[in-house]
Order: sequence, then C-alpha cells, then structure tokens
Amino acid sequence: MEQLIIGVLEQGFIYAIMALGVYITYKILDFPDLSVDSTFPLGAAVTALMLSNEMNPFLALLASTAAGALAGIGTGLIHVKCKVRDLLSGIIMMTALYTLNLRLAGGSANVPLFNNQSVFDNDFINGLFPEALSSYKTVIIIFIIMMIAKVLLDFYMKTKSGYLLRAVGDNPTIVTSLAKDSGFVKIVGLAISNGLVALAGSVMCQQQRFFEISMGTGTIVIGLASVIIGTNVFKGNLLKATTAVVIGSVLYKACVAIAIEVGLPASDLKFITAVLFLIILIISMDRKKKVKS
Amino acid sequence: MIELQHIDKYYNIGTVNEVCLFKDFNLTIHDGDFISVIGSNGSGKTSMLNLICGSLEAEAGKIILNGEDITHQKEYVRQRKIGRVYQNPAMGTCPSMTILENMSLADNKGKAYGLQFGTNKKRIDDYREMLSQLGLGLEDMMGSKVGSLSGGQRQAMALLMTTMTPIEFLILDEHTAALDPKTAELIMELTGKVVKEKNLTTIMVTHNLRYAVEYGKRLIMMHQGNAIVDKAGKEKEELDVDALLNQFNQISIETGN
Repeated sequence: MEQLIIGVLEQGFIYAIMALGVYITYKILDFPDLSVDSTFPLGAAVTALMLSNEMNPFLALLASTAAGALAGIGTGLIHVKCKVRDLLSGIIMMTALYTLNLRLAGGSANVPLFNNQSVFDNDFINGLFPEALSSYKTVIIIFIIMMIAKVLLDFYMKTKSGYLLRAVGDNPTIVTSLAKDSGFVKIVGLAISNGLVALAGSVMCQQQRFFEISMGTGTIVIGLASVIIGTNVFKGNLLKATTAVVIGSVLYKACVAIAIEVGLPASDLKFITAVLFLIILIISMDRKKKVKS
Repeated sequence: MIELQHIDKYYNIGTVNEVCLFKDFNLTIHDGDFISVIGSNGSGKTSMLNLICGSLEAEAGKIILNGEDITHQKEYVRQRKIGRVYQNPAMGTCPSMTILENMSLADNKGKAYGLQFGTNKKRIDDYREMLSQLGLGLEDMMGSKVGSLSGGQRQAMALLMTTMTPIEFLILDEHTAALDPKTAELIMELTGKVVKEKNLTTIMVTHNLRYAVEYGKRLIMMHQGNAIVDKAGKEKEELDVDALLNQFNQISIETGN
C-alpha cells in the first residue's frame, strides 16, 4: 500500500510539472498545443543523450527545459508567423520532433540508463539522504523539482510579462491596444509551457532510468485531464490554479493506479487514460450546464 | 494630425461580390479636433477607424500620422499613440483578471512588460482615486474579476484604461451603442470630460445623433465611402438633430433603404 502511494505521488508530481505547462497553453493561452506529446520525450531524449555521455544530471534538467522552450518557440513561430492554425501548428511540431527525438537518442527507440548517474542517484544526493529515508528519496527530490517549477511559474504570473500572458489568452485585442505584439506574447507562453513539459520528460527519464521513443504518447491527454480535474474540483479562489493543477495530476494518477490495482492489465493503460479523460470531460461539462441554467 | 490621402478600399476582391467602399477618400484630422462621425450601416465609418488603427489595410493611398507615413505600420505599433474604445465592452478589459490587475496592465502601456512585479503598490491609491471619479463604486471592489462587472462598468473601465497613459489620439468606435440609455449618458459625460482634460484629438463614431450634435467640434456624415457632410466650428454649432435626421432620410431615399 505504501509502495502504491509513493508510486502515485512520484508519477503524479512528475506529470504535475507537465500539467503546469499544459495549464499555460490550455487555460491561459487558449491554445490546444498537441506538440507536448513530443516535447515530453524531447526532454527525455536530451537527458538520455547527456546522461549516457556522463554529463551532470542536474544540467540535463536545465538543458531539457531549454530544448522544450525552443520547441515551443518553433510551434509559436509556425502559428504566428506562418499563420497556421493552432491545432495544426502543434501537430506539425509534434511530428517533426519525433524524428529529432530518435536522432538525439542515437537512432534507437530505447536507451537504457541503469548504470548512469541521475538526479536521484549520484554521489552528492546519496551522501545527503540517510539510509532510513532512502525509499522516500525519489519522491522527495521530484517534489522539490516540481515545487521549484511551480513557485517560479507563480512568480512569473505576477510579473508584468505574466500579466500580459494572461491578457493575451483572455482578450488578444487588449494586448494590441497596449501597443504590444500579441503574437510575441503567445510565443513566450508556448516557450514556457513546453519548457515545463520537457523538464517533466527529463525527470521521468531519470526516474525510470530509460528513454523510450513512445513515452510521450498520450501526454496531452494526461495533462488536460489533470488541468480539468484540478480546476474543476477546486473552483473558486480557495486554491491557486497552479496548486489545483498539481493536485489534479496526483488525483488523476491515483485513479489510474486504482484501475490497475483492481485487476486491469497494465497494457490497458492508454485505454483507461482515455476513458477517464472522457468521464472527466463529461462531468465537468455537466457542471457548466448547471451553472448556466 | 492624421491624414488619409487618396484611400482606395475594396472588399471581397476578385469575387463577384467585390465592393468598392472608398475611392480616392481624403480626410485630414487636425490636432485638437473632436470629430463625431455619423452615417448609415456600411457607409465606411468603422472601416475608416480600422484603416487608421491598422486593423485594415487599404488597397491604395497613404495614412500619415504627425508627418510620418504609417500606411504599412503594424497595428500594435500604431497603438503607442492611439487609444481605442470598442463598441463591445468586453474588448477593452480582461475578464479573468481583477480590476486592480487590469488597471496595472493599462498603466504600463508604453513601457516594457518585463519581470518586475505586475502591480506597483505605490500606484494603488492613484488607481482608487481614478476609479472613484467614475462614480460607479469600482474603487471598493478592486479585487473583483472584471468579468463579473456589468457592460457599463466595463466600458467605463475601458475608457479609463485607454486614457490613463499619455496618448495623442482617441478612437471611439460606437462606444455607447451596447449600453442602456442611462449608462450611455454617463459614459458620454466621462468621454467629454477626459477629452477636454487631456486635450485628446478624438474621432467618435456614433449612431446617436444627439451625441454627435452635443459633443465634438466637428461633424462628419459618411455615405457610401464619402464624407458628404463635414462641418466644423460655428457651422457645426448651428446643426441640430432634426436637420441631420432630414439629411439622413434623404440619403436613405436615394439608396432605396
């Protein structure tokens, strides 16, 4: 049981980092960015490349974030400069990144990293944690990384630049009225969003200690589900939206874990993911209607 | 000064529905002008505003702002000197942000939107003072989301937000059309006050002939892409609603409306 809870928290917090990114595009920018299905493994691929070359695992986190941000800028440029619809811009970037991810991983769909250092297993961290805490080590480190990402995002949202980002999804006209390029603001938002998604991919890769090309499939569904659960369950001003998203992600992972626990085979995972997402959508829409009538 | 020189504007180019709106349209807006623009639907009022603001591009002609050719300047660049209030109160504010956040956002126009704190705490009292001048009680609900305000409250905020930073030109695009008569009256009073206080060069499109007569120093009536009436100064003062209505009816008969 304890193992199960720790597992849910580990997975939940990793996907929470990704869900924070999806929150920016889906809730703030109103941009259905499907490219996250490939920026998540992009972070993992960059990490696999760096770890297998004995580079610093913490540096890998930063490099992955930067790579994700670049991918986000790419999606933004396709949308803003080439005037391609938002949904298609994401799909184009997603498809292109698949090849890039394979290249980064040295052409193989699988890169095992069992004997390499990671943020969870290196001399510095191992010295820091006493033996008694070793089974909680991974979840604690993931939590810290997630909290740093969340606090930085919360801070950003309170800055002038953050205000502008919130404004552009709300009402792009006002950004133009403020003499700012709304396209540029969107690109910034996509960069931050995909940076977070790739960071989650990097953490995931280091936690499971291998890279796999298809590990990103369905990321967007998990991200959207987490955002929708979080923001619907915790409506009102009680909780910050970002906190709600983090809890949403953990709740979602708990639902999936329970489904597996009651006997569904692990190979049904994607199906469970999809059905759960559908149920969440139906429930949340139901609520909207009640509010209207 | 804004000059529209030899403007041609077509819609639906290359289709059977091609329409010529402006053909060699010229208009000069002098500094300190407060122009009321009236005219029937499709007469080119809003298109003219869109050309000035840059949300539409003309097929031919030039737009000169203070001597600078801005014909091909991007819309957001032009907005540094221009403030615009739209017919739809939702266009001028951000519904999911609070009143305070909206004020802070507008207060920063013309400056960089960097990583400083979005709301300058020292300015909060100034915002409260500005809001209280609207007389709508908004100063006591600065933490509320703008989306929960009424159309009139939002439009008053939009007007305030547009004019709180230094701009040279104010564009009012039927900004009272979506409001009830009483609120419309209030917004017009506020408009008159702010234009006078800040000495803004203003173009106001309106369907309300009374506002067109009462406010502004110059009146233009648009018809099929032409300014068929353009009166300023004493001539404008002598205009009354009945005379304008007569003129309106004549046009309507001509076009078979």
